Amino acid sequence: MNAAAPEAPTRVACAHCGDACADEPILLDNQPFCCAGCRAVYELLQTNNLCGYYALNERPGQKVELELPGRFDYLDSDTVQAQLLAFRSDALARLTLTIPQMHCASCIWLLEKLYQLNPGVLESRVNFLRKEISISYHPGRTSLKEVVKLLTAVGYEPQITLAELGAQPHHHNRRLYYQLGLAGFCFGNVMLLAFPDYLSFTEQLQGEFGRFFGYLSLLLSLPVLLYSARGFFQSAWQGVRQRYINLDFPISLGLSALFLTSVFDILTQRGSGYLDSFTGLVFFMLIGKWVQQRTYDALRFDRDFTSYFPVAVTLLTPEGEQSVSVKELKVGQRILVRHQEVIPADAMLMRGTGQIDYSFVSGESVPVAKVAGEVVYAGGRQTGEAVELEVVREVSQGYLTQLWNNPAFQKAGEQTLETYANTVGRYFVAATLLLAAGAVAYWYPRSPQMALRAFTSVLVIACPCALSLATPFALGAAVRTFGRLKFYLKNSGVVETLGRVDTIVFDKTGTLTEVKRSTVEYIGRPLSEAEQQLVAAVVRQSTHPLSQRLTRELGNGEVVKSEVVKDGILENGIKREPLKENSLFTTPQVHNFTDFPGQGVSGVVDGVWVKVGSAAFAGSQCRPPEEANQLQSRVYVALNGQPLGCYVFRNVYRDDLQPLLADLNQRYHLAVLSGDNSAERDRLRALFGPKAELRFHQSPQDKLDYVAALRQQGRRVLMVGDGLNDAGALHQADAGIALTDTLTNFSPACDAILDASSFGRFATFLHFSQDCLQIVLATFVLSFCYNGIGLGLAVQGKFTPIVSAILMPISSLSVMVFSTLLVRYAAYRRFV
Amino acid sequence: MNIIFLIIGISLLVALTFLGAFLWAVRSGQYDDDYTPSVRVLFEDSEASKLPES
Repeated sequence: MNAAAPEAPTRVACAHCGDACADEPILLDNQPFCCAGCRAVYELLQTNNLCGYYALNERPGQKVELELPGRFDYLDSDTVQAQLLAFRSDALARLTLTIPQMHCASCIWLLEKLYQLNPGVLESRVNFLRKEISISYHPGRTSLKEVVKLLTAVGYEPQITLAELGAQPHHHNRRLYYQLGLAGFCFGNVMLLAFPDYLSFTEQLQGEFGRFFGYLSLLLSLPVLLYSARGFFQSAWQGVRQRYINLDFPISLGLSALFLTSVFDILTQRGSGYLDSFTGLVFFMLIGKWVQQRTYDALRFDRDFTSYFPVAVTLLTPEGEQSVSVKELKVGQRILVRHQEVIPADAMLMRGTGQIDYSFVSGESVPVAKVAGEVVYAGGRQTGEAVELEVVREVSQGYLTQLWNNPAFQKAGEQTLETYANTVGRYFVAATLLLAAGAVAYWYPRSPQMALRAFTSVLVIACPCALSLATPFALGAAVRTFGRLKFYLKNSGVVETLGRVDTIVFDKTGTLTEVKRSTVEYIGRPLSEAEQQLVAAVVRQSTHPLSQRLTRELGNGEVVKSEVVKDGILENGIKREPLKENSLFTTPQVHNFTDFPGQGVSGVVDGVWVKVGSAAFAGSQCRPPEEANQLQSRVYVALNGQPLGCYVFRNVYRDDLQPLLADLNQRYHLAVLSGDNSAERDRLRALFGPKAELRFHQSPQDKLDYVAALRQQGRRVLMVGDGLNDAGALHQADAGIALTDTLTNFSPACDAILDASSFGRFATFLHFSQDCLQIVLATFVLSFCYNGIGLGLAVQGKFTPIVSAILMPISSLSVMVFSTLLVRYAAYRRFV
Repeated sequence: MNIIFLIIGISLLVALTFLGAFLWAVRSGQYDDDYTPSVRVLFEDSEASKLPES
């Protein structure tokens, strides 16, 4: 968003958004602005005395798109409001909106001052990490639509999609805080009460008050057992019910043994029990849970197609246009889809020309031209003029939504890989029970009392608390390291999966290539500078993406003066794509401009008849030499009926792709699944080497099946994709990574989100994940040492409360410190 | 030495007050967002929001 044009370092940055301004920026108060939109925001803030926005952070603004009329009309509908508002009365309405664009202190400042811009807003409060704003407003003085329009006008358009509708308001999970606080309180007090037991000079105290202290400790430990430690018991019980022993099983066993032994000791007045160790353990393990739980609130890893679909659509009825909820759309209804809107349901094109961008849905890199009578599938984004469609299938029955009915999506939350901790936990249980039985067998003939003591001691020391802390702390530190490098993991378990992957499958469009960039190459009789200007003048009039790309390529050095061109409004209020706002071209003038949908454009410039379009349209002889080249996007040029040549558009691969693949190739099986045609086969082959599998024309279902087949072969698959068409494969793979250019954009359900700017580090990320696994194993060894010492004492019956009170905290703390430091060190070695 | 009962009772009472304060803090949402308040506290009051020297 803030990428200044690299070829023009001398250009001034817009005071609002920081983008590079055109040669002659729009000036206001001596501040340069790149476009009318940015200036409008500045004016609005200035008149409301809100320019502190610009003082907190340099150029904090967002580029503001010109608002299309009627875009938010659906917010007036009662059903939509009922679903969005958290609370509503005559004097107060409250709701929470997601604003992905917020990024700095200025954003918080402005968004919390909405009441100065619209008096109807009572209060607005930002949760920055979740990128949410809660707004209270007076429904009598303003409306939801006004509030959303205001947000949009200052550059913070809230994200309102089908997924937000009917979604349950987010409940902050406070349970862990309660558990942690309670455990901490009880731990501290029980420890205090246990002191007299450990110190020789307090023997008299212990003798007099031992009973009282014991009962009090017991009382204080009860809430820890019943509330704080509940999660461990529940998890273990769930595991047992599924005939599966996880790490929480030995933990629960150990905790129960600790508690029961202590109760027995206290009630029979044999001693003071292990209650300080018990509460301390729970406290430490909850800290481990807390460390593990802290993830990225603002990023959502569970999005399906509903997050991509709009909430409402313009319905054309005999009475006129009407905004209806997408969910209420019925077969046979006529809808209007404007420029840059997403088609919500499979529909038949009735009027207008579709230029539908399916890059996100199917992976095709070039928009598809559709003419009246053709069926367009849901999920495509219309570019160009507004089109009229007739719905042929309801939203839930669409081609794209069918993918979500695949069984792969039904089994949610299934653990794909067995974690180390659980595997180790299982052996741990077996070993412990064996040892405990051995201790009983040895002691029983000699002294039944010692046998009981040894048995419980073994169970107590077998509580793998240090073991259970190793994974959360090591992987938690890894997740935070990744986060700093713009690689966001859903949870710490993903690190483990990444470290054990052996096959990597890539999507092509948007993942290996950059959608926004393409190189243009000219083939044919060279064009003079003047001729290029003629072509540029014509293509500038067209909204076709290839035309726009070509316009940028040919440059607009002929900008004569800056002035805002009012965008033409066609009949019945349908707006056309506005022309470039700050440039009015005095020369050359285009006459008789005609847009032939799906073919090309033509016009007369300076007396020269210019035709730009498909080969057939321009009548070109510039034949592609090989079959593969026919699949490339080409635009042919003819002047005065004379075919001259063509522009070839090529995909641009991400900058760091080559070194990255060279690195990955040595250690992983690689594959590419592309929804696009095979035009790029040779270039991909060169990049990926002879071993990689390249597949083209892959439907979303094909991708899913391919990944499933790989997993059947026992491979551990990592899928890297970006669009809805990869959603199935991302879900099916052991780990799915969604690549995104802007984090605020939609990314499909996945295990991790990778910012495209960090794509070059991808191989290092995988290396680092492997390092982390080794660190976890090393920490396991360390905690086994502690358990070994403890067990050694336990089988001899020498495991006393004081040994426990020393050994347990030391082992827990050292494991926490050891694993965190090692991960930090590994990160330092890999990334610095 | 019976004073011990009293002292321990009082100390527990004090500790319980702090626990109560903590639970109240969690309940009132103070732990829901541990970042934004750190930024918010640095904002000037609205009168001072003048344009920076341009």
